Amino acid sequence: MSYSVKSILLAGVGGQGVLVASDILSEVAARSGLDAKKSEVHGVAQRGGSVVSHVRFGEKVFSPLGKMGDINFLLAFEKLEALRYGHWLRDDGTIIVNDQKIMPTLFATETRGYPEEAIEFLKKKSPSVAVVQAYQIAKELHNLRVINMVMCGVLSTFLDFKEETWSEVISEKVPSNTLEVNLKAFARGRSSAGNPV
Amino acid sequence: MKKLLSGDEAVARGAYEFGVKFAAGYPGTPSTEILENISQYEEIDSQWSPNEKVAFDVAMGVSLGGMRALVALKHVGLNVASDPFMVFPYASTNGGFVVVSCDDPGMHSSQNEQDNRYYAKFAKVPLLEPSDSQEAKDFVGLALDISESFKVPVLMRLTTRISHAKGLVEMGGRVEREPFDYERDIPKQVVPVFARFLRPEVEERLHRLAEFSETFERNMVEQGDGDVGVIASGISYQYAREALPEAPFLKLGMSYPLPKKKIIDFCSRFERVWVVEENEPFLEEQIRSYGVTNVIGKERITPVGELNPEIVGNAIHDAPLPKGYGDEIALLPRPPMLCVGCGHRGVFYALKKLDTLVTGDIGCYTLGCLPPYSSLHTTFCMGTGIGNAFGFEKSIGAKLDNNIAAVIGDSTFIHGGIPSMIDIVYNKGVTTVIILDNKTTGMTGHQDHPGTGLTLRGEETYKLNFEKLAKSIGVKFVRTVDPYNLEETELAIREALKYDGPAVIIAEHPCTMLRSERAKPKTPYFVDEEACAKCDMCLEIGCPALEGREDGPPVVDDLLCIGCGMCAQLCKFEAIKSRES
Repeated sequence: MSYSVKSILLAGVGGQGVLVASDILSEVAARSGLDAKKSEVHGVAQRGGSVVSHVRFGEKVFSPLGKMGDINFLLAFEKLEALRYGHWLRDDGTIIVNDQKIMPTLFATETRGYPEEAIEFLKKKSPSVAVVQAYQIAKELHNLRVINMVMCGVLSTFLDFKEETWSEVISEKVPSNTLEVNLKAFARGRSSAGNPV
Repeated sequence: MKKLLSGDEAVARGAYEFGVKFAAGYPGTPSTEILENISQYEEIDSQWSPNEKVAFDVAMGVSLGGMRALVALKHVGLNVASDPFMVFPYASTNGGFVVVSCDDPGMHSSQNEQDNRYYAKFAKVPLLEPSDSQEAKDFVGLALDISESFKVPVLMRLTTRISHAKGLVEMGGRVEREPFDYERDIPKQVVPVFARFLRPEVEERLHRLAEFSETFERNMVEQGDGDVGVIASGISYQYAREALPEAPFLKLGMSYPLPKKKIIDFCSRFERVWVVEENEPFLEEQIRSYGVTNVIGKERITPVGELNPEIVGNAIHDAPLPKGYGDEIALLPRPPMLCVGCGHRGVFYALKKLDTLVTGDIGCYTLGCLPPYSSLHTTFCMGTGIGNAFGFEKSIGAKLDNNIAAVIGDSTFIHGGIPSMIDIVYNKGVTTVIILDNKTTGMTGHQDHPGTGLTLRGEETYKLNFEKLAKSIGVKFVRTVDPYNLEETELAIREALKYDGPAVIIAEHPCTMLRSERAKPKTPYFVDEEACAKCDMCLEIGCPALEGREDGPPVVDDLLCIGCGMCAQLCKFEAIKSRES
């Protein structure tokens, strides 16, 4: 199977389910017959700070880390994190951003405010920005822990993997008592992708 | 069948498939998941040890007894185990013995980025460096075979981007091995008495290992095009491959001792040869020592931090990197912080108030150096804080009225704090030690330890009692407090600091991120806007669930607040109330 390597960067805030999402994505790619790698960091890097995970798949993948300026998709779970990693994108890459603001707990010395104009800024920088109301959708589903599945749902419409493969992997990776809401969130993400806000 | 495994999971799988009988270690990022995964295989006797040296010593005994043994630790953990690590090579292993060191270039969760490849050279033992998960599994088997053929401990070095990167791994079954017979051999195993006789064999064995390295199948030349060659090992191989996909490579699976002839021959075939390696010029220095002059390495590739595809690509192709958006828009930092409801907060709040000189230790609580507490004065490495505090007492204690305390986590205290505590008592100090007992090894993701009463495999065991331990050491002032109770905590610390003798406070509250704690029902607090005097005193607790506002009273984030109530205790106007009331 010939398939040029795709690099996806997932970025968000600790607790948003970034690592579970990247786990699912890499597994979907592997199960679709591709070589796949992913990379993340644990430990102090996880304590409430920015969380980043790389997923790469294709015929043969060498580095588990994508290259700055060469990322095909930035899946940003939060607006400030989208800004932080926007420059990792290729010129023809796509930013998928959750329209959610999570104010960082700042040092007293930080005098700047939250960049409210994040999405307008990203749109100026990149021709392809998909804004997703993942937080809103998760709220409607009464479970804020499924933001990651909404994001996966949107991303899935940009990739060639079968929907069954996604559901199969999600079923294995989320606790069985939350499977239904996770699959619902994924479906909502998938259907919302066509009509970005 | 192939499965996506992290490097750590793959090492665990390798231990299973290649007949390891015993594995031990102490949690440390990025090595922790090796033992966590090994513990799922019933065929392997696995354990957390109080520290890496103990883990190493026990594994040595298993190897001497004839069975395959594995030790997993982070790079600085090998410092702790370095004493037996340096001496064991003088003796002979019996069952295969492999030490897996997970280095952390870039210091994602570490205090330094020492390059542990030098330990192999230092101890004169072979070094294997896998470059992906498949190799991480395979190399466990190769390391054990080499160990048994040459009767030597083998060091296997992973780095964060191997340990915590996933890749596809071909799964196999377990092959059981008959243990080797144990034979008593005093001249080979009572090392200090016979060290002078054993020493020459260390050199001879290294010579034989160097010969082996020349023909070792994992030191392989990958043919390619062009007049530029590459020598690389570990994760650096992958980054170099991204930069030069068609180039000829000499990929080193065994990076000590090096295949000297193979390297000289490889370098002679090209105009220029890149030596791509993370951190120190470990390979490059050795290669240059052979008189090879056409290599290029550290003058273009930084020894600082971890490498990645853009740093390596940029060095080789001299290409510019895209710029971040920081100059154009407010890229607020998002630093790590203590979790909502973390009990450490109560201790740091008191220590700040008392203006105490605080020596810290390794764990989540190093974040106590950040505002609003800015409580810590020092932190270096596991168990060092207590000795540091005693040293401060000796140097400036009189000037500070001995307002000096060490803070140390429960797991860290067991790891390396106990001898230092004994030292304070023995040498008549008065330093106060605060054990931040959150009932787990928090930072590394909640591992049990001797103080939790559970083993690595979740079995019940004797639960170390900190109060009794401190008393038996000879500490007379011992008190246990709940750091959620700010008044009680402050009072205990105040009295301990005044006490004319060594004092131990156990600040006991389970980590809120523990599964058992997360399952408990939570009742959040809220700010009664009418009662609030907008004094912002509550913000001094530095809780991420409490946000100050310029134009009004602070707001509690309902979704984040777990109802610890520490902020409410700071409110003089009783304006912060539980939703329960």
